[in-house]
Amino acid sequence: MPILSILTYFPLAACFILPFLRNEKSVRVFTLLVGIAEVFLALPLFRFSMTTPDYQFVEKVAWMPQWGLTYYMGMDGISLLMVLLTILFLPLCVLCSWSYISKRVKEFHFCLLLMTSACIGVFLALDLVLFYIFWEAMLVPMFLLIAVWGGPERRYASVKFFLYTLAGSTLLLVAIIALYKAGGTFSIPDLTGQTFPFRFQFWVFLAMALAFAIKVPMFPFHTWLPAAHVEAPTAGSVLLASILLKMGAYGFLRFCLPLTPDASVYFAPMMIAVSVASILYGGCVALGQKDMKKLIAYSSVAHMGFVTLGIFVFTMRGFQGALMVMLNHGITTGALFMLVGAIYERSHSREIANNMGLGKYLPAYMFFFGLFALSSLGFPGTNSFVGELLVLLGVFKANPWVGAAVIPGVMLGAAYMLRLGQKLAWGEPTQAMAWKDLNAREWSYLVPLAILVFYIGLAPGLILRAVDPTLNRGLERFTLRPRPAIVETVALPNTQKGVYAGLFSLSR
Amino acid sequence: MKFDFTLILPELVQLLIILGLFFQTLKKPGTENKGVFSLGWLPWAAAAGIAVACFSIRQSGFLCWGAYQVDGLSQFFKMAVALGFAITSLNAMSAPMVKDDKRADYFLFFALSSFGLMLMASSVELITIYLSLEIASYSLYAVIPVRGEDPRAAEAGIKYILFGAAATAVALFGLSYILASQHITYLYLLAAKSWAWADSPLAVTGITLFMIGFFFKLALFPFHFWCPDVYDGTNNETAAYAATLPKLGAVVILIRLVALLKPEIEVITILAVLSAASMTFGNLAALIQTDVKRILGYSSVAHAGYVLVGLVAASPAGLSAAGFYSLIYLLMNLTCFWVICSLSTDGRNLMLDDLNGLYKRAPYLAFVLAVGAFALVGLPPTAGFMGKFFLLTAAWNRGYNWLIIIAALNTAISIYYYLNIVRHVYTQESEGMQQEAPRSGSAIWGGLLAASLLVLGVIPQSVLRWMEEATRQMMR
Repeated sequence: MPILSILTYFPLAACFILPFLRNEKSVRVFTLLVGIAEVFLALPLFRFSMTTPDYQFVEKVAWMPQWGLTYYMGMDGISLLMVLLTILFLPLCVLCSWSYISKRVKEFHFCLLLMTSACIGVFLALDLVLFYIFWEAMLVPMFLLIAVWGGPERRYASVKFFLYTLAGSTLLLVAIIALYKAGGTFSIPDLTGQTFPFRFQFWVFLAMALAFAIKVPMFPFHTWLPAAHVEAPTAGSVLLASILLKMGAYGFLRFCLPLTPDASVYFAPMMIAVSVASILYGGCVALGQKDMKKLIAYSSVAHMGFVTLGIFVFTMRGFQGALMVMLNHGITTGALFMLVGAIYERSHSREIANNMGLGKYLPAYMFFFGLFALSSLGFPGTNSFVGELLVLLGVFKANPWVGAAVIPGVMLGAAYMLRLGQKLAWGEPTQAMAWKDLNAREWSYLVPLAILVFYIGLAPGLILRAVDPTLNRGLERFTLRPRPAIVETVALPNTQKGVYAGLFSLSR
Repeated sequence: MKFDFTLILPELVQLLIILGLFFQTLKKPGTENKGVFSLGWLPWAAAAGIAVACFSIRQSGFLCWGAYQVDGLSQFFKMAVALGFAITSLNAMSAPMVKDDKRADYFLFFALSSFGLMLMASSVELITIYLSLEIASYSLYAVIPVRGEDPRAAEAGIKYILFGAAATAVALFGLSYILASQHITYLYLLAAKSWAWADSPLAVTGITLFMIGFFFKLALFPFHFWCPDVYDGTNNETAAYAATLPKLGAVVILIRLVALLKPEIEVITILAVLSAASMTFGNLAALIQTDVKRILGYSSVAHAGYVLVGLVAASPAGLSAAGFYSLIYLLMNLTCFWVICSLSTDGRNLMLDDLNGLYKRAPYLAFVLAVGAFALVGLPPTAGFMGKFFLLTAAWNRGYNWLIIIAALNTAISIYYYLNIVRHVYTQESEGMQQEAPRSGSAIWGGLLAASLLVLGVIPQSVLRWMEEATRQMMR
C-alpha cells in the first residue's frame, strides 16, 4: 500500500470536500476529523524499522522518463520525525484557531490542509524536482494565511515572506538542474553515491545553501521571520515555527551534506560563524522585545542557530543534537505561539505590558507557559535540554572555542525566557483580573505537547534510536567519501565542466 | 503534384469560419444580430476547429511544391492556434466596447489572423513565411483600433501598424540578403548551408534581420515598445488576442529557423543576449505598473525572453520546451485576460485597485486569477513551472549557463508584481464603491482554464511528448 502517498495526499483530497460544508462549525469539526484521521493513517509507520538506514516505504513510479523525472517517495529516520511532527500539528492548529479565526473559516482550513500536504511532501520526496514542487507549493497557502488572516501589517509581512523565500529558491532550481546534468538523475539516493568535482560542488552548495539559509533562517537572512511571525495568525505562526523552519535544516542535512560534502567542509567555518552569530544575535534581540510574538520569533532564530551549528560540526552528537533541537523547537515554540494566541484572544494585545500578572488569575495558563518557557531555555528534564546538550557535546568535541562562544547564547536563552515568564506571572496585572483561565479546548491542545516535552526530556532514547542508523550512515559516507582534488589536474567530462566554465563564457 | 485536401483540414475549417463570418458582415447596418446573423455559432465552430486540429495531428506531407509542410510541429501549433482562437472568441462574444454592427467584422478579423497563423505554422519557405506573416498581421492592424470612440485605441492602432510595418520591412530586407548569399529560400535546403559568420556574413546578417520580424511579433526587447501601449490602448478582448496568438506564430517560425542553424554559431549568441535583456527589462519595467494590462504587457516581454531560452538550447529538447512553453504561455495569459475581461463589464482598463477585494465579490474568479498569476511566475504545481523547468533543463550546459542563472533570478524579480496582483485580490478591501458583478458564466470557463494550468503542471507528459516527437522529426 502506498502509505506515504496516502499520508501526503489525504489532506489535499479532504480540501475538496470543504466547499460543500454549510456552516463554520462543521468546517472546523471536519478539518479536525481529517487531522485525527491523518494521525491514524500514520499508524502503519510503526512498521518503520529502526535498524536499517535505508529509505523505507519507498514508492517509485515513472513520471516523465525522458526528462528523468520520477515520482519517488521514501522515508528514513529524519523524515519520519519531521512527518510525525507535521501530522501532530494539523489537529492542534485546527484547535488553536477554533475561536481565533472568525472570518473566511472555510478558506482558512483549506489553506491549512494544503499546507499540511505540501509539508509532508517536502519531507518525503526523494526526487529533487518533486521536492522542489512541494517546497514551492507550500509558499502559496502560507502566504495566504498571513495575508488574509494576519495582523495590521499583514500585507507587508506576507509579501516579504514570499519574496525572501522565493528569491532564495530560484537558484535552488538551477542547482537541481545542474545536479541532474552532472549526475544524470534527479533521484537523491542515486546522486548521494556520486562524487562531483570540487568547483561544481562549490557553486551548487552556495545555490542550495542560500535557499536553505533563508528558510532556516540564518542570521543575515532572518529579517522576514519576525515580521511574518508577528503578523501571522496563531496557526500560521505555529506552522511557520514548527514545520517551515525545519525545512531549511532538513535541506542542509538531506542535500548539502550528502551531495556536496567537500563544499560543505569548505564552507563549514562560515556556516559555523553564521550559526553562532544567529544564536548570539537572536538571543540579544529577543532580550529587548516588548512584543511576545517577536520575542519568540527571535528566540527561534537563536534555536535554529543551534541546529545549523550541530549540522556543520560534522560529528555524530552534533547531528543527533541538531535533529533533536529541530524536533524540540517545533514542539516548544509551537506551544508557545499557541499560548500567545490564547492570551491574545483575551487581551487583544501581544504586548508583554498588557498581559502581566497572570500567575494569580490564570494559574493553569501560567503553568503551561512556565513549562514551555523552561523547555525553551533548555532546562534539564525538558526536551530542549537533550537537544542543546547534544549539540554542545558535538561542538566541544569538534572545537572547544566554538563551544565557548555558544555558551553565552545558552545563558541569553535563559535570560529572555525567564524575563518573559517573570513579567507574565508576577507583573502588575492591568486587566488580567477579569479573564477566564484555560478552557477545555485549550487544555486539549496543550496537554499533548506538554507530555511530549517531558517524554523527550526524560526518555529521548526511542527517538534517537529511530534516527541513529540514518545519521550514522550519513556520517560514515561523509567521512569515508572519496576526495576529489581541489585543483583538477585531469580534464573533466564536458557535462561537469560546463557548469562552471559556461558561467562566464559566452560561446562554447 | 496532387493537392491533398485532407492534409489541411484545420485550415479548411478556419476558412469555413471566415466565410461564415464574411457572410454575416453583409448584414444591413442598424439591424439586430438575429437569425442567420446571430453569432452564437462561432464558439461551437471554433470548438469544432480544435477537434479537427486534434484529429489531424498525425498528418504529414508536403503541399505547394515543398513550400508548405504539414508535420508534427505545424499540427501542434495549429491545434494551439485553434484553441486560442476558440478561447479568445468565446471571451469576446459580449465584448462591451464593440458595437453590435461591427461584431461580425471584429470576429472576421480574428479568424483571418488565426488563419494566417495556421499558415505560418506550416510554411517552410521564406517567401511563404513572409506572406503568411502578412496575412496574420494585416487583419490585426485593422482590429486593434476597434474600441468604441476611444482615441487611445486609435493611437494603439497607429503604433502597432507603424512598428509592424517597420519590422516586416526589416524582415524583408533580411530575406533579400539571405536570397543574395544562399540563393535559395527553402528551409530544408538552407539547412545544408553554412551559417557561420566566417563563411557567409551576408547570410548571418540576413537571417538576423529576418528574425526581427518575428521578434516584433513576440514583443522581444528591443522590439517590444508597441506591446504595453497596444495592450493598454486597445479593447480588453483584442488585447487578449494580440497578447497570445501572434506569439505562437512567431515561436513556430523561430523554431524552424533555429532548427536549421547549428548550435555553435553567432546568431545563437544574439538570441541569448536578447533573451537575457528581454526578460530583465520586461520584469523590471513591470514592477512599477498599475494598469493590469500594462503589467501583462511587460510580463509578455519577459516571457518572450524565457521562450528564447529554449531556442538558445538549439536541441530537440530545447525547441520542444520552447513550443510547450508557448502553449502554456497562451493558456496562462488567456486565464488572466479571461478574468480581466469578465470583470471589466463596461470595457474600461482595470487598475490594480479595481481588483481590491475581488475575493469577496467573486471568489472563484479570484482563485482563477491567482492560479494564472502564479503560473506566470512559474510556481509549482502550475504548468508555468513545468514549462520553465523544461526550458532551463534543456538549455543547461549548452554553453549559455549565465542565461539560465539570469532567467532564474528573473523569476525572483517577477514574483513581486505578480504577487502584487494576488495581494490586491486577496488582502485589500474594495473601498466604498459598489462594483458591478462579473459577467455570468465566467467562473466556469475561467475555472476550466485554471484547471488546465494545474493539470498540465502535474502531468505535462502527453502534450510535451507530442511536441518532442515533432522537433525530433524536424531536426533529424
